[in-house]
Amino acid sequence: MDFSIAALLAQDGITNGAVYALLALSLVLVFAVTRVIWVPSGEFVAFSTLTLAGLQLGKASGIAGLLVAMAVVAGLLEVLSAFRQREWKRLPLRLAAWTGAPLAIAGVLKWAAPLAPPFVVQILLTLVAVTALGPLSYRIVYQPIAEASVLVLLIVSVALHFAMLGLGLWYFGAEGSRTPPFTSATFDWGGVLVSGQSLLVVATSVALIFVLALFFNRTLYGRALRATAVNRVGARLAGISPAFAGMLTFTLAALVCAFCGVLIGPITTVYYDSGFLVSLKGFVGAIIGGLSSYPLAAAGSLLVGLLESFSSFWASAFKEVIVFTLIIPVLLWRSLTSQHHDDDE
Amino acid sequence: MRLTWSAAAVVVFLALVAGAPMFAPPFWVTLGNYIGLYSIAALGLVLLTGVAGQTSFGQAAFVGLGAYASAWLTTSYGSSPWVALAAGLAFTALVALALGFITLRMRGHYLPLATIAWGISLYFLFGNLEFLGGHTGMTGIPAIAIGGLELKSERSIWYLIWGTTLASLWATNNLLDSRPGRAIRSLRGGYEMAEAFGVDGARLKIVVFIYAALLAAVSGWLYVHLQRFVNPTPFSIIAGIEYLFMAVVGGAGSVWGAVVGAALITVLKQVLQDVLPQLLGRTGNFEMVVFGVLLIVLLQRARDGVWPWIERLLPKAPPAPVRDAAPLAPRDRGAASGPLLEVNAARKTFGGLVAVNDLSFRIEAGEIVGLIGPNGAGKSTTFALISGALALTSGDIRFRGASIGSRPPHEIARRGIGRTFQHVKLIPAMSVLDNVALGAYLRGRAGVGRAALRLDRQEEASTRAEAARQIARCGLDAHTFDAAGSLALGQQRIVEIARALASDPTLLLLDEPAAGLRYLEKRSLATLLRTLKGEGMTILLVEHDMDFVMGLADRLVVMDFGEKLAEGLPAEIQRNPAVREAYLGGV
Amino acid sequence: MTAASGSPLLEVRSLSVRYGKVEAVHNVSLRADEGSIVTVIGPNGAGKTTLLGAVMGLLPAQGEVSYRGESLFGLSVEDRVARGLVLVPEKRELFASMSVADNLALGAFARRREGEAATKRALDEVYHRFPRLLERRAQLAGTLSGGERQMLALGRALMGRPKLLMLDEPSLGLAPLVVREIFSIVVALREAGVSILLVEQNARAALQVSDDGYVLETGELVLSGRSSDLAANPKVAATYLGQGAAG
Repeated sequence: MDFSIAALLAQDGITNGAVYALLALSLVLVFAVTRVIWVPSGEFVAFSTLTLAGLQLGKASGIAGLLVAMAVVAGLLEVLSAFRQREWKRLPLRLAAWTGAPLAIAGVLKWAAPLAPPFVVQILLTLVAVTALGPLSYRIVYQPIAEASVLVLLIVSVALHFAMLGLGLWYFGAEGSRTPPFTSATFDWGGVLVSGQSLLVVATSVALIFVLALFFNRTLYGRALRATAVNRVGARLAGISPAFAGMLTFTLAALVCAFCGVLIGPITTVYYDSGFLVSLKGFVGAIIGGLSSYPLAAAGSLLVGLLESFSSFWASAFKEVIVFTLIIPVLLWRSLTSQHHDDDE
Repeated sequence: MRLTWSAAAVVVFLALVAGAPMFAPPFWVTLGNYIGLYSIAALGLVLLTGVAGQTSFGQAAFVGLGAYASAWLTTSYGSSPWVALAAGLAFTALVALALGFITLRMRGHYLPLATIAWGISLYFLFGNLEFLGGHTGMTGIPAIAIGGLELKSERSIWYLIWGTTLASLWATNNLLDSRPGRAIRSLRGGYEMAEAFGVDGARLKIVVFIYAALLAAVSGWLYVHLQRFVNPTPFSIIAGIEYLFMAVVGGAGSVWGAVVGAALITVLKQVLQDVLPQLLGRTGNFEMVVFGVLLIVLLQRARDGVWPWIERLLPKAPPAPVRDAAPLAPRDRGAASGPLLEVNAARKTFGGLVAVNDLSFRIEAGEIVGLIGPNGAGKSTTFALISGALALTSGDIRFRGASIGSRPPHEIARRGIGRTFQHVKLIPAMSVLDNVALGAYLRGRAGVGRAALRLDRQEEASTRAEAARQIARCGLDAHTFDAAGSLALGQQRIVEIARALASDPTLLLLDEPAAGLRYLEKRSLATLLRTLKGEGMTILLVEHDMDFVMGLADRLVVMDFGEKLAEGLPAEIQRNPAVREAYLGGV
Repeated sequence: MTAASGSPLLEVRSLSVRYGKVEAVHNVSLRADEGSIVTVIGPNGAGKTTLLGAVMGLLPAQGEVSYRGESLFGLSVEDRVARGLVLVPEKRELFASMSVADNLALGAFARRREGEAATKRALDEVYHRFPRLLERRAQLAGTLSGGERQMLALGRALMGRPKLLMLDEPSLGLAPLVVREIFSIVVALREAGVSILLVEQNARAALQVSDDGYVLETGELVLSGRSSDLAANPKVAATYLGQGAAG
């Protein structure tokens, strides 16, 4: 391997690593606030790419159909819970939020898609539509069992992953899609060719991470999420409802995943079921961060990206084996450095 | 789960199992074989995840290890499937030991995450190793032969599969109803308590992990000789997730949950795959959607799975009576000279808080010493330092002359210290008898193997008799077979004392035993403690209730703000103005 | 709104709380009038914390809890906080890895719609009442001493502008000087129009500052009355004031 190949591999690794880092952050966020191991995150990534690819072709029926389906179910759940609590006053507002808003988004998408709006608008529409799936899935799937054990939440996550896979096939079809590159510029940095595409992906990831950091440190809502992660009871006593925190968390996490989908669109061909493997790599990053440290998770994801790209050069058949067994030495190191302790739940 | 209804339900079940291959159509025999195989692997998860609380996605990978080990050995070396089984089990146990050692010592959710990684890597490894046939797999695997009879047909291997399934159910059920079983059942939710009675929780978790992996390997071995062909697909992470589905949906709290879950998931998937395309008039992944949605709804409705529903319909069995048995041997007391317990300048800080500030005191053998002070004075922290629940920041604690400072609780228990907890730590779903019997953990020797094969019955009878004796001694014999969680708080405290007594301790540590007790209950508790003292027991009592402790203790140590405020006879303490000021409060 | 006006702010009727099959609180009724301090005393394990948990909505309970004449049935913890019912729990439940200032800011979360000026005013008031918190505002809550933690817990609760403040063992583990300070703040809060439900093991101090008192024992109310009467009651004196034990 000579320097130029190494530089190319490193560039690939860092680009992918930046995307994994975003995924890792959303996984850490979701776990810290809601204790949900968010297996279906990959579907959000894949659906985002597929939505953008659909908009390129002037179609939006896939994501619109998904939004309508979830909006109807969420609406039914609201009516049911209003009926159970005999509390009808808040129902119209809730229906407007849970059913009206997603239906409106679906409507706008259906209306805008054939008009072939500019690329930036397509990206914005994609982000809005995929982000809306986040709180909807929380409302429908997780909120009713928010107090269940981590195991049950995990199993439910996996079940949701299956359901979303099936829905993905139904709404988006089996064929893969790739979106056009954002830029075809390349730069020559002292003999190393750097693609503008890679720079854009890395820059977007870094910017997004920076914005999220600001959100968590400076805003009341961001601090409320941190508080819920640190001390659930304390947060409730301060008036921060777990349902609210969960909804906000899933909105943010879905937004981050939607970004990931937009970013990877030009890099790889994405199928309805491509998300799982991508999100698993984000997972590896998150695990390196112990599912709690954001900087470590980001660093771990970068490592995963690099390892993946270099091992695909040396031993491409064992690429996945190498990436996923990376966890074992990391865990061994954690196991030897941290005190073993109680596991009560 | 005892004789009467298992006599009824199990007989029906056995009749079904025995008769099915003769009457059922081939399709259902095949399905039944798979249900049996899946049950065995899911059973491992019931024990590991449902009972011991350790989630694993790696079960399918262990099934794969068992399958590939046998496939490779029988095709490449022509070895008999039985030899291959032994080799596969040994290899699986080694891998599980290594993985368990890495992940199970840690707190948190490392095991599920590590097993996801390990499940995925192993799948890709199976698919990429040339000698295992790569993604296309291996063919020409021989059938299992028993005494010249080759189990080539679906119907003939049925009996081996279901025989193994039933044997695994039997063994696992035995295991749960035994010395190691009680310890396993307390790993989830009672880890700290179990450690305080000598259970080495980290080690036990690894043992359970290996047990589950071995069941998986057996399932894989049967699978590969049923199929006579193997490729990596059935051992992917998705399959690992499905085993977990089976355990959780069936009801991960009971061995029968494994069978119910395996049957439900297998049949459901089959039915959905057959019925939905007909219903909807086109093919697609609808079965995945419906499958996912059904599971979400099911778990939203019944977090404990299906088995508890079925169990409610079955008549309740009376508990097995406690038989007379040879008493358990008393624990070795050793020769004692000098103070029994010495606390030397013990210190504990939490962040900026100094909870215990260079505290020193000693306890002589045969004394009742009361450790008193206002709430928050550091009594409970001191207690935790002695029992090993917390590590010292500095200083030392010596018991019978040997340092026990910062040792793990199970080692301290081994030296003869029994304790109760301020916040009652019983396993609510277990009977009072089983809870108390857990206290005698260190007085028994039966391990997982002996327990699973029911070779532990003599020791078990002695343990139960001892537990019943301690329960009666504490006046709770009427509640021996009740679930511990159904007792009033005051009674639960007494159960804690009975459990500590069952460990035959040299030093008994009691953390606020009188809290929440009514007046009469307090009086009988005091009588009990005096009797124990009369028998030579040494007791350290942390108590908030002055009246209770004044009449009982030989000596008092008073703490305030983490420091020793005073020490002496109860009468002296009562006269001490500093104590009165600190303890009785005032604005 | 300074003196006791006599209308019930909180009324609890036949409240029972079960943990599984065990009843931790049985058939308890009590009331707290606007502008008063009401104390519940009793030994450890009597169910005092459980009682507060049930009133706050943290634990499912049977019976009736009404607050300002309105039933709290079906309202979540957060809804109750938004209505001015705030609990300072025994364990304080601070956000240990966040700064003192962040902890306080989050105390006003339920009042976020009242605008930044209102939050700022509340914050100034808290810093005025607890100058120590102002000094420590950038420090992480987990690094505070016991007394400072209690002050922060109180401060965080006050940021929510409570009408009824429920305090669970505020003197727990605190030095006498700090206890004195906490209790004087409790009295000052009443002057500022906050009604207080105080659960204490330090019975003498609690009865001294409160208007009415209830004695809880193994989950049941055994005595109630004016605090001064309770303090003089020989049975209470013997059991809870330690005079029986201390001779």
